[in-house]
Amino acid sequence: MTVSTEAPAPSASPPRRRPGVNFHVLGPLLALILLVVLGALLNDQFLSSGNISNVLARSSFIGIIAVGATFVITTGGIDLSVGSMAAFIAGSMILAINYLLAGMGAGWPLVLVGMAVGLGLGLISGAVNGLLTTRGRIEAFIVTLGTMGIFRALVTWLANGGTISLNFEVGDIYRPVYYGGVAGITWPIIVFALVAIIGEVVMRRTAFGRHCSAIGSNEQVARYSAIHVDNVRLLTYVLQGALVGVATLLYVPRLGSASSATGVLWELEAIAAVIIGGTTLKGGYGRVWGTVIGVVILSLIDNILNLTDVVSPYLNGAFQGVIIILAVLLQRSRKGER
Amino acid sequence: MTGAPALLASERVSRSFGPVQVLFDVDFDLVPGEVHALIGENGAGKSTLMKILSGAQPPSAGTLRLDGGPMRFSSTEEAEDRGIVLIHQELNLADQLTVEANIFLGRELKRGPFLDVRAMRREAHRLLAELETGIDPASRVSDLSVSDKQMVEIAKALSRRARVLIMDEPTAVLTARESQSLFRQIARLRAQGVAILYTSHKLDEVKAISDRVTVLRDGRIVQTTPTAAIDEDGMARAMVGRDLNDLFPDKAPSPEAEIVLEVRGLDVPGHVRGASFTLRRGEVLGLAGLVGSGRTELMEGLMGLRPSTGWIRLRGQTVRIHSPGQAAKLGLAYLTEDRKGRGLLLDKTMRPNLTLLGLDRFSNIFINKRAEERALDDAIARFDIRARRRDVRVGNLSGGNQQKLLLAKTMLVEPEIVIVDEPTRGIDIGTKQQIYGFIEKLAAEGKSVIVISSEMAEVIGLCHRVLVMRSGRITGELTGDAIAEHQIVRHAMGLEGSEIHDRQH
Repeated sequence: MTVSTEAPAPSASPPRRRPGVNFHVLGPLLALILLVVLGALLNDQFLSSGNISNVLARSSFIGIIAVGATFVITTGGIDLSVGSMAAFIAGSMILAINYLLAGMGAGWPLVLVGMAVGLGLGLISGAVNGLLTTRGRIEAFIVTLGTMGIFRALVTWLANGGTISLNFEVGDIYRPVYYGGVAGITWPIIVFALVAIIGEVVMRRTAFGRHCSAIGSNEQVARYSAIHVDNVRLLTYVLQGALVGVATLLYVPRLGSASSATGVLWELEAIAAVIIGGTTLKGGYGRVWGTVIGVVILSLIDNILNLTDVVSPYLNGAFQGVIIILAVLLQRSRKGER
Repeated sequence: MTGAPALLASERVSRSFGPVQVLFDVDFDLVPGEVHALIGENGAGKSTLMKILSGAQPPSAGTLRLDGGPMRFSSTEEAEDRGIVLIHQELNLADQLTVEANIFLGRELKRGPFLDVRAMRREAHRLLAELETGIDPASRVSDLSVSDKQMVEIAKALSRRARVLIMDEPTAVLTARESQSLFRQIARLRAQGVAILYTSHKLDEVKAISDRVTVLRDGRIVQTTPTAAIDEDGMARAMVGRDLNDLFPDKAPSPEAEIVLEVRGLDVPGHVRGASFTLRRGEVLGLAGLVGSGRTELMEGLMGLRPSTGWIRLRGQTVRIHSPGQAAKLGLAYLTEDRKGRGLLLDKTMRPNLTLLGLDRFSNIFINKRAEERALDDAIARFDIRARRRDVRVGNLSGGNQQKLLLAKTMLVEPEIVIVDEPTRGIDIGTKQQIYGFIEKLAAEGKSVIVISSEMAEVIGLCHRVLVMRSGRITGELTGDAIAEHQIVRHAMGLEGSEIHDRQH
């Protein structure tokens, strides 16, 4: 193999880029465009601002979480606990707000304290996952499988098997965080966009992002290149936790309640979005913009099936499954090409 | 011997990858009962020819003949069934399986529907005993040393009852003793009528064990001659196409400059005990010893890559080094011997690899990609890195170019002290010479270099002073004219040396 790439003679300046469009890089984008065209053909309501806003708003929770998952997976880790973590944070937030209501009274200060609780719990939960994998030297899959069960049990216990509901008065104050927005764009969409843009820039243009992909590519090389592997790893889990916190504090005002059914299977949706977006599951290469497209693709499939009666919406999962498998097939052929 | 009909032969075989042709009309043959050495620089086309002969790749043009008849292998499996076995340089073993499971992988012995574990163990034991190794067939491959893995790979090939054995640099990772036992096996197989294609960068080996030598240069056969008719210099000349009188640059006189590094009583648990040495500015210090004597571990301990205790004084300051990051800040850099496993990200391009160690020099908040590209331009020019494309994956570079890139990566942090571990392993002679030149230049610029090497010629030709390690201890120090092969060997083998008597056990 080595021979194939060897130049027969020394060349001072090899060409920088190879011409042509790389369809594997643009694959997710093309799939998205295809889905949009398909949707528009099947239903004339599809491109209405109401529907698009609806799709994006529903994408935003998973999307924010999936941006964090992109970093975790690029670094060669995995976090299965995010769905349960979101439910646990939601439940704890609501309980904290309800508890503090008597002392603080209903108002924005109380809501802000509740948000801070959510964010803080996210950071702590992420740190627990990260410390167990790095300092505890336990595989991420096992650690987060464990914490997934723990968080889920905690929220069920807190809710006493039922539902934890936010006080109505506070709920009315909190509601605009989900339903309100700027210039017709709701807050979850705005926050998702910000998280995605910052995430993309961090992944692509900072040393932290470079270190993440180096560790995922070969941890030993990273260690020998003086990268603090454990610290970077830990940071990805903390980032993931914080983003779960952000997603949850946007999610709570939507329903104003939390139960053991909150956030079920979010972890798999987030991972699926990451993979569809072109990030490699075993780490080493990640792209946040791909993840964003992955999330939107998954929501669009759901949306299109709901808008048309050609195929039963019950088959939603099957379509998503096909897309995931196709995405991985494309990834594999990319590897052979270079 | 050459009069015998060929067992396996290539006739006017060519091979191209896309627009790049790497083999041109190659005529090559192997007759039963001979060792036919194939030598050439990295990138000369040896690997490609071996892959074609073993069925791993089809030729673009030309024919393969087996027992005189034209032959097309569709896979290595088919070739193996016909008795042609390639032993890869990069070992192809399943790490988590046992040695015996690996030896019989894909050809398990069965009794009815079940594995005949007892028969496989017996047979594996016999094969390994023939190779004079003490490897336990039941041990996991992941627990073995690299050289033991190589022996397992050879045992695996033997179990296939090979008629043609193609060996890709089998001794690159073997110790001298292991190499000797391998040569005895090769002699035994030859006597049994097996045809052996042997490649190595070690020309003394080629001279010692082969019957014929074929030299490949830039994809063309330069010459095929009986080994008796060519000496090592002749082989080197044919490979490179020019004279190589001065493999090593002239050694500067041993410097009397100040001591930049002083190490006292460094212990690396399980590997090194009480290592003490000094290093001067502008000095090239050799670290010799057998594989496994603790040379790498000593330096990794010093670099903070392994837990270690001891007293380290750097430019007059007592320091404690906990991490490679801290070592880099203190001006220490280490080039690993394992460039594929620990040195470079094989699935990434050259640019991120080059700047990985010194990334803080290219980033404040954001990474300055333009500065990175400029650094890559400089590195390509300074270290003569030859890549077909700038965005080629590093795993597709030849070993020599990988090593140059690794060197460039390390030098990017401008270290005062550079530790290079087996800098020329698996590298052709022309590139070796270049790397020696870089090391010499570093020393001339006032940097200090520690060279860990198993190649005597390298240690002798390059170093001002040589430390010899044995069983985790520094057992000798040689300077000036005392740096000679027999002296190093005597220390390494424990025939001479200061700390023989207080060895543990």
